[in-house]
Amino acid sequence: MPNGTYPLARRTAQRFRGWGGVAAMAVACGLTASLTLLPLAHESSDAAAVPGIAGPGPGVGTGVQIKADTCDKPWASLTPSTADGPSIEAIKKRGKLVVGVDQSSYRWGYRNPETRALEGFDIDLARAIAKDILGSPDAVIFRAIPTNQRIAALDSGKVDLVVRTMTINCKRIQQVAFSTAYFQAGQQVLAPKLATGITGYDTSLKGKRVCTAEGSTAYEALEEKSFGALFKDEADGTKDDKDLLTVPNQLDCLARLQMGEVDAVVTDNALAAGQAAQDPAVELKGTPFTTEFYGVAAKLGNDDLVRRVNQVLVGYRQGPWQQAYKTWLEKDLPGITGPPAPLYK
Amino acid sequence: MTHPPNAPAAPAARSTAQAPARPAGVPAQPSPAPGATPPAGRSAWAVGRERLRVATTTEPGRLQILGAVLALLVVAFGAVTAFQVGDRTTAADDVVSRSQPLSADAAAIYRSLADADTTAASGFLAGTLEPAESRARYDRDIATAARLLVKAAASTDGSGESAREIATLNEQLPRYTGLIERARAANRQGLPLGGAYLRYANQQMTSILLPAAERLYEAETVRLHKDEESARTWPFLAVGLGLLTLAVLFWAQRRTYARTNRVFNHGLLAATAATLTVLLWLLAAHTVARSGLDDARTHGQESLQALNTARIGSLTARANELLTLVARGAVLTEDGKNDKYEAEYTSSTDTLTDALATARELADDDAGRVPVDEAAARTAEWKQRHKDARGKDEAGDFEGALGRIVGPKDSTGHSFDQVDAALDRALAHEQTEFTRSAGDARDALTALPLGALALGILGAAGAVLGINRRLSEYR
Repeated sequence: MPNGTYPLARRTAQRFRGWGGVAAMAVACGLTASLTLLPLAHESSDAAAVPGIAGPGPGVGTGVQIKADTCDKPWASLTPSTADGPSIEAIKKRGKLVVGVDQSSYRWGYRNPETRALEGFDIDLARAIAKDILGSPDAVIFRAIPTNQRIAALDSGKVDLVVRTMTINCKRIQQVAFSTAYFQAGQQVLAPKLATGITGYDTSLKGKRVCTAEGSTAYEALEEKSFGALFKDEADGTKDDKDLLTVPNQLDCLARLQMGEVDAVVTDNALAAGQAAQDPAVELKGTPFTTEFYGVAAKLGNDDLVRRVNQVLVGYRQGPWQQAYKTWLEKDLPGITGPPAPLYK
Repeated sequence: MTHPPNAPAAPAARSTAQAPARPAGVPAQPSPAPGATPPAGRSAWAVGRERLRVATTTEPGRLQILGAVLALLVVAFGAVTAFQVGDRTTAADDVVSRSQPLSADAAAIYRSLADADTTAASGFLAGTLEPAESRARYDRDIATAARLLVKAAASTDGSGESAREIATLNEQLPRYTGLIERARAANRQGLPLGGAYLRYANQQMTSILLPAAERLYEAETVRLHKDEESARTWPFLAVGLGLLTLAVLFWAQRRTYARTNRVFNHGLLAATAATLTVLLWLLAAHTVARSGLDDARTHGQESLQALNTARIGSLTARANELLTLVARGAVLTEDGKNDKYEAEYTSSTDTLTDALATARELADDDAGRVPVDEAAARTAEWKQRHKDARGKDEAGDFEGALGRIVGPKDSTGHSFDQVDAALDRALAHEQTEFTRSAGDARDALTALPLGALALGILGAAGAVLGINRRLSEYR
């Protein structure tokens, strides 16, 4: 859990502000975490309810009742089960699990050009699920899907699952079914190691050129509070956008950073770790200033599959997770002691 | 005075002694009478005036003036024709040997840059180790672009649009190659960062370098049209002077006929023939030149333009097709709904298809149509293969898609190469057509300046001889 390292005082102004502390306790409590978690999560969700309704409102649908209910804790998932249902049977019949993944997120889902094989944290998890359902970690077909196709690919049945650094949020739970959270991420600042003047998401960003991906949570956070950082391009959102400070993809920020065209990058720390892994001269600064959870997504209604994935995750949290973390992330994203505790509906 | 004032005393003494008959004070040699020259000068002036008066009132005088005027007119006509046609010959020559090659060079700069970008992306997709062939092609493209830029810079006037675009290209090209080298370095280490650099380089190429190259091409094409226009302009002064000369010659001959009842004066007839020849030659040569230039424009230049557009379309389509695989859906269109590179691939192939249709219409012979048809057929095949590859990619079979796009056999890369080769042939054909038509236009004019001058002198001699013949009758 990364949250053990975050002082409570820092967790302000965030959508899921109670979660860091909740999770910290979860670390301490170990397997009993879910018991203590429920009341705390509930308490924290009161504070989160307002942004939960006001923020992602447009995509939430019509039922206010449902929205309020589900958005209290979008990361709450179905209880684990090994029972076969129609979707599990279809997968078994096919003999292969089809998983939508990323092919260009270093350390998460990335095709190693040397081995031509996909590798990363998400890939390991997908293989673990395939092994559980079909008995072999190789009984899996990976399909590279772009970010915007994640939900469409599930809807059309092109893939059974999406394991692709996908954040669980209120808008998405209306469209897909998520497993329990398997990773906690947050927005963080990335800057050259030598740039000691930049200490994190704080006043040290004043006057600095900060790069973010267009339409990202990081950009929204800077729009809300920028600490005087320069982060907008003149013609943002138009065809004349020069893509200097706001870029199409988070990785483009690292290129700009190396070229000396920006001073810092704000992005998801999970992805920032992938950037730091590609450039030993940069590092993550400060602590994450938002909290997000990644989940495995399935088509809405494929409850048997979601329960099965949750069942896999129960075991995965007991060792394989730590192993994968050590292999792929620890070097650049140190200090995480374990996976986030599961929360069930 | 020949004697000093004090001299009279001594000579007087001597003279009284030796020659008493001579009166004293009278010089021995009288000085020439002063005042004799001024009256002579006045009379020369008067003579001139008198002559002029006589000339305008007497027939021989009038004939002399007429002869001078006729000779002058014929020579002037020849000279003006030589001068004005010389101008147009230079302009036509500029079209053939300067501005059209420059415009073609600008198109070649664009093509080399776009091809370099495409090749870089293609080499990138081959894995951590770029194939030597792809690297060599990229190097060749960059070298071609750099060489042609120097050539373009040398023939520009140092100011104006062309110079500005050349400066932009010269500034940005090293930056672009720098980004590509970074992409290569990262790719060699197996880092996805290489893809980010490649996309950055592509962005620089498509947003700065290629637009500048396109503007350079447009500026050079404007210059080509200007040269073409100067070559096409009718030499009105020469034609007018020719008509005037003919009219005066006609009048002079009518006058001679009226006074002598002689129908022909050989000299004047020769002058008329010479003038008429020059005038007809001028009209014919210019008409031929204009039609040659028209031909060069409609069959050459316009075809070349359509083919260049087609080639640029095929190059950008290929680059975007490759980038679709490099970016793997990481870059989306403005509305976030589609893959940016896939969308640009589609619009580029549309450009290609449209330009090929235009080129097909403009092609005026089978030699021109065959390669264009070939390119169109290969483009259709390419589109089909691309659809196949996209299907593979969307089904998650990246390796399969990669094989269909950069594979050695039956890949879209193969189709692209075939389209490129066919376009190359078509461009070469149209370039030949252009050079031939424009060259014909220039050649139609080449001999005229010298001929006009020679005939002008001959005509003038004829006029003078003819008039002299009449004049001799008065002596």
